[in-house]
Amino acid sequence: MSDSAAHQRDDDPEETEPPSASDADGSGDGSDPTTTGTPDADGTEPTDGTNATGATSVVSALEAAGAETAFGVQGGAIMPVYDALYSSSIRHVTMAHEQGAAHAADAYGVVAGEPGLCLATSGPGATNLVTGIADADMDSDSMLALTGQVPTEFVGNDAFQETDTVGVTRPITKHNYFAGDADSVGDVVGEAFELSRVGRPGPTLVDLPKDVTQEETDETPGPAEAPPGTDPNPEARADAVEAAARAIERADRPVCLFGGGVIKGEASDAARSFARTYEIPVTTTMPGIGSFPEDDDLCLSWAGMHGTGYANMAITHTDCLIAVGTRFDDRLTGGIDTFAPEAEVVHIDIDPAEISKNVHADYPLVGDAETVLEQLTAAIRTVPDADEWREQCLEWQETYPMTYATPDDEPLKPQFVVEAFDEATDDDTIVTTGVGQHQMWASQFWTYTEPRTWVSSHGLGTMGYGLPAAIGARVAADTMGDPDRDVICFDGDGSFLMTLQELSVAVREDLDITVAVLNNEYIGMVRQWQDAFYEGRHMASEYNWMPEFDKLAEAFGALGIRVDGYDEVAPAVEEALAYDGPAVIDFHVDPEENVLPMVPSGGANGQFALSEDQL
Amino acid sequence: MSGHTSGSTDGDEERTAGMPGPAPEDRPHPEGRRNLEGTRIDPVVEAEHDTRRAVISALVEDEPGVLARVSGLVSRRQFNIESLTVGPTTVEGHSRITMVVEETDPGIDQIEKQTAKLKPVISVGEVSGNAITSELVLLKVQGDEPDKVHAVTEMYDGTTLDADSETITVELTGDETTIDDALDAFDQFGIIEIARTGQTALAQGTVPTAPGEKPGTAGEPTTPNTN
Repeated sequence: MSDSAAHQRDDDPEETEPPSASDADGSGDGSDPTTTGTPDADGTEPTDGTNATGATSVVSALEAAGAETAFGVQGGAIMPVYDALYSSSIRHVTMAHEQGAAHAADAYGVVAGEPGLCLATSGPGATNLVTGIADADMDSDSMLALTGQVPTEFVGNDAFQETDTVGVTRPITKHNYFAGDADSVGDVVGEAFELSRVGRPGPTLVDLPKDVTQEETDETPGPAEAPPGTDPNPEARADAVEAAARAIERADRPVCLFGGGVIKGEASDAARSFARTYEIPVTTTMPGIGSFPEDDDLCLSWAGMHGTGYANMAITHTDCLIAVGTRFDDRLTGGIDTFAPEAEVVHIDIDPAEISKNVHADYPLVGDAETVLEQLTAAIRTVPDADEWREQCLEWQETYPMTYATPDDEPLKPQFVVEAFDEATDDDTIVTTGVGQHQMWASQFWTYTEPRTWVSSHGLGTMGYGLPAAIGARVAADTMGDPDRDVICFDGDGSFLMTLQELSVAVREDLDITVAVLNNEYIGMVRQWQDAFYEGRHMASEYNWMPEFDKLAEAFGALGIRVDGYDEVAPAVEEALAYDGPAVIDFHVDPEENVLPMVPSGGANGQFALSEDQL
Repeated sequence: MSGHTSGSTDGDEERTAGMPGPAPEDRPHPEGRRNLEGTRIDPVVEAEHDTRRAVISALVEDEPGVLARVSGLVSRRQFNIESLTVGPTTVEGHSRITMVVEETDPGIDQIEKQTAKLKPVISVGEVSGNAITSELVLLKVQGDEPDKVHAVTEMYDGTTLDADSETITVELTGDETTIDDALDAFDQFGIIEIARTGQTALAQGTVPTAPGEKPGTAGEPTTPNTN
C-alpha cells in the first residue's frame, strides 16, 4: 500500500486542505490534532481516536448491529475505517487477497447465521471483492461489503484507484449504497447490514468515499433497521395453504425438495418434523445439504446433475413435489421439459419472484419456510397414502447405490478419501469445498446430518472458494465457542491453486483447518466433459505442472503431507486432524475418475448416466 | 476412458465401467412434459404462451441510480422491452417509470416481481384495464412540399415547430396506433430525423396506475410493495 499512499499524497492535494478549513471556522484550538498534526504519508491527518468521524460512525453502527468479525485488506481509501477499527471490539482478520476476504466473510455468515463482513479499499480492492460478492448473491448469503472510495470531489474524474464500485456491483448485490455524508453514513451501514439478512438474504455493499469517513460528525447512528417494506410477511395466504394441503393429502407419490432456503430460514427442524409426520421421502438441492439428515430412512440425498440416482428417479416420478426454499436452478432441474413432469408443484419461498420463475408453481406459498411449514402442518388432515411409493423409493436406493470400485491396479480413489475423513470426524464437522469434481465427491460421499455444515459455492461455481471459506468457517466456529469442531476443506489441485495464498492467513492466525487436496493433475470436471463431449481433446485441462502442495504448505508454515496410496490415507487423516493448526494433505488420486451419476446439461434427470459411455 | 491422455497420467483401457443399475433406456419414464416456462403441458390446454403488449408502471424513490437499477434489471434478465420513460410525480422525491413490454404472461409477472424487489421501487404493476397511453414524437421531414406536410400535420393534430427552405419539424402526440399511422403518412415526404419519447401511461378513471397508489391524493402509495 505504500505505493498507493505515495500516489494519493501526490495526486490528492485536497486531502491536506481540511486543517485550514477547520482553522477558518474557528473551531480548532492548539491541542486539536486535526489542526496541528503533520499529515502522514497518506496525506491523512492523524487522529487521537476521540473525535467522532464518519469512520467511527461506521464502526459504531457495525458494533451496534452485532458484527463481531471482519475480513479484509487495507488500502488508501479505506484507511479511515481501519483506523476506527483500531479501538473496536470487532475482530479483523487480514486476508492475503480481497477475494479471500469476501469468501471468508460469506462462509463465516453461512456457519454463524449472521451477515459476514468484508472490507476492501477502492479500485482493485473493490473489484477483487466482486467474485465473492457475486458468489454470495447467487447463493443468497447475507454479507456486507464495505469499500473505500476516492474522495467525493474526485469521483468521476478517473482518480487514482477509482472504480465505479456501485455501478460494478449493482447487478450482484441485493442493494448497494454510495455514502453521501458523515452524518448519515452510520445509519446507512446499519441499514445495509440488516437488509442483507431480512427476507431472502443477499450481499449488500456500502461504498465509502474517503472524505465522508474522515469528516467529523456529531451524529451517532441509531439502531440498525432494514428499509421499510423489505422484511416480508412470514405467513403464506391461508387459502393457498389450504389448497396446497389438499394437494398433499391426495398425493400418491409425494416428495419433498428442501433447498438452501430451509437452512437460511432456520427451518431445518420444521422441515424434518414435516417430512417425518407425513412420511414423505426427502430430496435436497446442493445448497440444501444438511437441512435433512442423510442417514434418515426417508432421505434420498440430493437431486440434480450429479445427484443420486434415487433422488433423480423420485423427482422424475413424483406426482406432488413439495419444494421449499429453492430457485429451481438448471443444475437441479436439467431440461425443464422433463423436470418432475407429472408433479403438482407446491412451492414455498420467501421471494415471490422465485414463484413460477423456472418451474410453474401450482400451489405458490410465499412466506418464511418455517412459518409456512407449520401452517401446512396445521392444515393437512391426513397422511398421504404413499406406502407403495416409499417402497419404490427404497427399491431405487438399492438399484442405484452410490458406490465406486477400488481395484488394486488403479490409483487411490478420491471418494475413499472423503469417506475416510467422514469416518474420522464428528457430525458437526464443517466441510468447505472449491468447485469441480472434488466438490461433487465431497457432497456425494460424506453423510451430512446438520445444517450449516456444508459450505460451498453453488450458483456461481467459484473455483478457489474452499480455502478462504475454511478460514471464515473456522473463525465463525471459534467465535461461536466451538473451537473443537473440525473444519475440513476438500479442494482440487486447480481450485486450490487459485487462492492458496490464504494459507498464510491460516498460519498467522493459527487456524485449525485441514485442507484435503484431491489432486488429479487436471481440472478434472473439464477433463471429464472433454472426454464425454469433446472427443478427449484435453485442451488446457492438464495440470501436471502443479507444485508439490505438501512442501508448499510447509513453506507457508503449515503441516504438509503427501499421500499416494490407500494405506497412507488413515494415518495422514489422523495426523492432520490431530495437528493443532492448518494442515494440507496432497492426495494424489486417480486422474481418470469421473463424477457419476451424471445428468448431461439440459438432459432428463431420470436418464442420468451411470458410466461415461451412457453420456 | 476414451481419448488420448498425456502428461503424468496413463490411459487404462481396463477401467471399471461406472456405477451399477439399469441403463437410462431400461428405466421407466413418465410421459408428461413441461413447456419452456416450466408449466406442465396439459394436452387439452395450449402448451405455449403467446406474447402480448403490457404497460407496467412503477413508482420509485427518485434517488441516484434508480433508472440504472431498473434498466439494468431489464437488460440482465433479457426482458423484451419496447420503451421506458421516467419523470417526476406529484410527490416530491418520487418518480414514475413507465415500461412497455412485449412478453408472455409469466414474463410480465417476472418483470413486475423482479422490479418490485429493487429497493427504491415503492410500487409496481401492470396498468390494469385500458391504459391511457401517449407518446411525443419530434419529426423532421424534407421541406419540398410544405403544403402537403402542413395538411398531414393538421390531420394528426400535430404542431409545426420549425420550418426552413429544406426542412420542416413537427411535433406529434398520441397513442401507438396514431403515431404509427402518422409516421406512415409522413414517410412520403422523406423523414430526415426522428426523436421519440416512448410511451407513458396512466390508468383510466379512479383506478390507481401503480398498485396502492391513491389517485387524487398526491399519488402517495399507502402500502409498500408486497406481493
